[in-house]
Amino acid sequence: MIPEIGHFSLILALLLALVQSVLPLIGAQTGNARFLAVARPAARAQFLFVALAYACLVTAFLQNDFSVRNVALNSFSQLPAVYRFTASWGSHEGSMLLWTLILAFWTMAVSVLSRRLPEDMVARVIGIMGLVSVGFLAFLLFTSNPFDRLLPAPPDGRDLNPLLQDPGMVLHPPMLYMGYVGFSVAFAFAIAALLSGKLDAAWARWSRPWTTVAWTFLTMGIALGSWWAYIELGWGGWWFWDPTENASFMPWLAGTALIHSLAVTEKRGVFKSWTVLLAITAFSLSLLGTFLVRSGVLSSVHAFATDPARGAFILGFLAVVIGGSLLLYALRAPTMLGSARFSAFSRESLLLVNNVVLVAALGSVLLGTLYPLFLDALGMGKISVGAPYFNAVFVPLMVPVLFLMAVGPLTRWKGASLPDMVVRLRLAFAVAVVAAVAVPLAAGEFKPWVALGMGLAVWIAYGVALGFTERLKRGGSPWTLPRGFWGMQLAHLSMAIGIVGMALVSGYEGERNVKMAVGDTAQLAGYTFTFKGAEAFEGPNYHAARGHLVVKSESGSEFSLRPEKRLYNAGGMPMTEAGIDYGVLRDVYVAMGEEIEPQVWTIRLFYKPFIGWLWFAAALMSLGGALAASDRRYRIALKDKAAA
Amino acid sequence: MNKRLIPLIVFLVLAVFFAIGLTKNPREVPSPFIGKPAPAFRLPEVGNPAKTFGPEEMRGQVWMLNVWAPWCVSCRQEHGVLMQLQAQGVKLVGLNWKDKDREAAALLARLGSPYLSTVEDLDGRVGIDYGVTGTPETFVVDKGGIIRFKQTGPITEEVWKEKLEPMLKELAR
Repeated sequence: MIPEIGHFSLILALLLALVQSVLPLIGAQTGNARFLAVARPAARAQFLFVALAYACLVTAFLQNDFSVRNVALNSFSQLPAVYRFTASWGSHEGSMLLWTLILAFWTMAVSVLSRRLPEDMVARVIGIMGLVSVGFLAFLLFTSNPFDRLLPAPPDGRDLNPLLQDPGMVLHPPMLYMGYVGFSVAFAFAIAALLSGKLDAAWARWSRPWTTVAWTFLTMGIALGSWWAYIELGWGGWWFWDPTENASFMPWLAGTALIHSLAVTEKRGVFKSWTVLLAITAFSLSLLGTFLVRSGVLSSVHAFATDPARGAFILGFLAVVIGGSLLLYALRAPTMLGSARFSAFSRESLLLVNNVVLVAALGSVLLGTLYPLFLDALGMGKISVGAPYFNAVFVPLMVPVLFLMAVGPLTRWKGASLPDMVVRLRLAFAVAVVAAVAVPLAAGEFKPWVALGMGLAVWIAYGVALGFTERLKRGGSPWTLPRGFWGMQLAHLSMAIGIVGMALVSGYEGERNVKMAVGDTAQLAGYTFTFKGAEAFEGPNYHAARGHLVVKSESGSEFSLRPEKRLYNAGGMPMTEAGIDYGVLRDVYVAMGEEIEPQVWTIRLFYKPFIGWLWFAAALMSLGGALAASDRRYRIALKDKAAA
Repeated sequence: MNKRLIPLIVFLVLAVFFAIGLTKNPREVPSPFIGKPAPAFRLPEVGNPAKTFGPEEMRGQVWMLNVWAPWCVSCRQEHGVLMQLQAQGVKLVGLNWKDKDREAAALLARLGSPYLSTVEDLDGRVGIDYGVTGTPETFVVDKGGIIRFKQTGPITEEVWKEKLEPMLKELAR
């Protein structure tokens, strides 16, 4: 009964989404006020029904209703309740329903927080988001119904993929989707502006907070995914350039470029066409990522059950949404020219360079991700493109972006003096060079990439400090500075912190794969690891061996690590659960391999200097995004709305 | 040419590649066993351990080895299709893979067996010989005992109509 209610709610949601898109868009074009007024109620009703459908799916999972195919394939009676809940988005069907739910949520949010906007603009934005909803709801109902029955019902389920049974997985997908789908708001604003021909500073101001919020969620989602991979995969890595990681990283790069470009468009009224194109690109890449992961055209660790009918549907949908948007862009964008002028060295020009290089870096990731597909399509064989390509191409492209990151915020709009900037930053440059030389030497081995990373990190951090001191010299206290300023500076500072982490962990990490019997010791990076044995224990839906290692540092302090090797009852799939001692300056990381003989194990030992700085940087960056999005200017706009 | 058309053109080129990519499967690495003799084994039958079966008994016939397990949901899904194939006279042999709970016999008694014979590969050794990575997988073996095709994942109506049926007809000639 409950699954049928969910199915029926989805059908109603599809009909509402059709109403929500067709009537307001016609109304905006013809000036029909009654059609315009449909937008908000339709969007809210659509959200209610999608939410009801999702609640039905969650209920089916929590009640172990294995007569629902989706539940039978992705859950298990012994699965703990929290993972039965997260299993609701662990499957293809469930994750697409989550996508749709979040899209409906963002649309609902626009309908509530848009009272100060012109009615025709709101109607267009909601209408366009409705069109996207129509596509996803139709996709669910026609190719991926999460409520399909499996009769006769199997006695038990096949279990959720053990990789997904981790606390990191509880938050990672919803965060990621909040980011992915959040770009639909900026996209809808851009298309609405193209349709109406009103592409002005007001449009950029409305788009900015939405874009920043979406970007913040995406940042958190990507960081959680990386943290999950670090803990759960047992390889000690934090980024693999896997196609699915790239699928989330490309919208992030486009979104980062968009945030900067929107700032210029709002403040100076230039780069309008470019900003619109970036808004279309960011959301298109979100859709593209969905296509790449769902259609199975690329093989990836995130492989879901693949089905050519689904791939064909999404591709057709992409062609309509992206192709249609870009056609509209080609037809309408040329009429809008920026009027303001700026000189070759100004904040505008630096932000333009930032944008061009970010987009080039994005292109390099796109090329690397799709290259295997191109070759396969041309019949030139099956290959995979790995980390060496991305590190060789992407990392150097980011160097100019990072270099300009310190300069841009210190440069004035319209035009600035280059000699004056050299004077302001010469001390920063000297300090950065000293750090670039000193840190690798202090670490014991000089590595050029570490030197470059440390130099850039200090350079950016100095730029942030200079930004604060110069701003405060003009009066005010840190507490009166706008949140937008704080947000930008914290986000930039977090890049410096993240670079320190990336450079040092890549340059100086250590790894050993050893065979250990009880009492054996092994050395790594000044730590002595002693294997005390492994004991068997029973988890809720798995049995496991838990190893016990005592680690002694050079200074004599001691701590214990308890890595686990789990065997899940339903699928018999083995999983590692790393034992990690977290620290500010290093993580010590141990993962169990195989039991070769009784109580003799292969064990992987890792020494990970400064890796914690990566997660801290991501948290700080998200805080920066949240501060920027809640800047007073937008809150005033909100208060006015509440008063109206 | 209008330079604002460039993004659209780039996207259209990508879309064409995606469309071609959809017709290919990046994970479909050709099985190294195709064109090789089906590895020999002799295993006890499910529910009747006194009787054993080996692939050499099928010499001179075209048959399919279906790797399945009672705990496998997609095997349950293909069971109906297999029953229809059996009714059409298709010769199926089941390899009951890693059935630690010994549920296969009861299950086949309840749902009906599409197999001429189902053998018990309790520890998965024979599965290793055949390069089995998961269930269900199905191997098509010709009259000379050579593996000609491997289907990974369930046999659906489409898979049967489009791939297996033409192939079996061809091999039977």
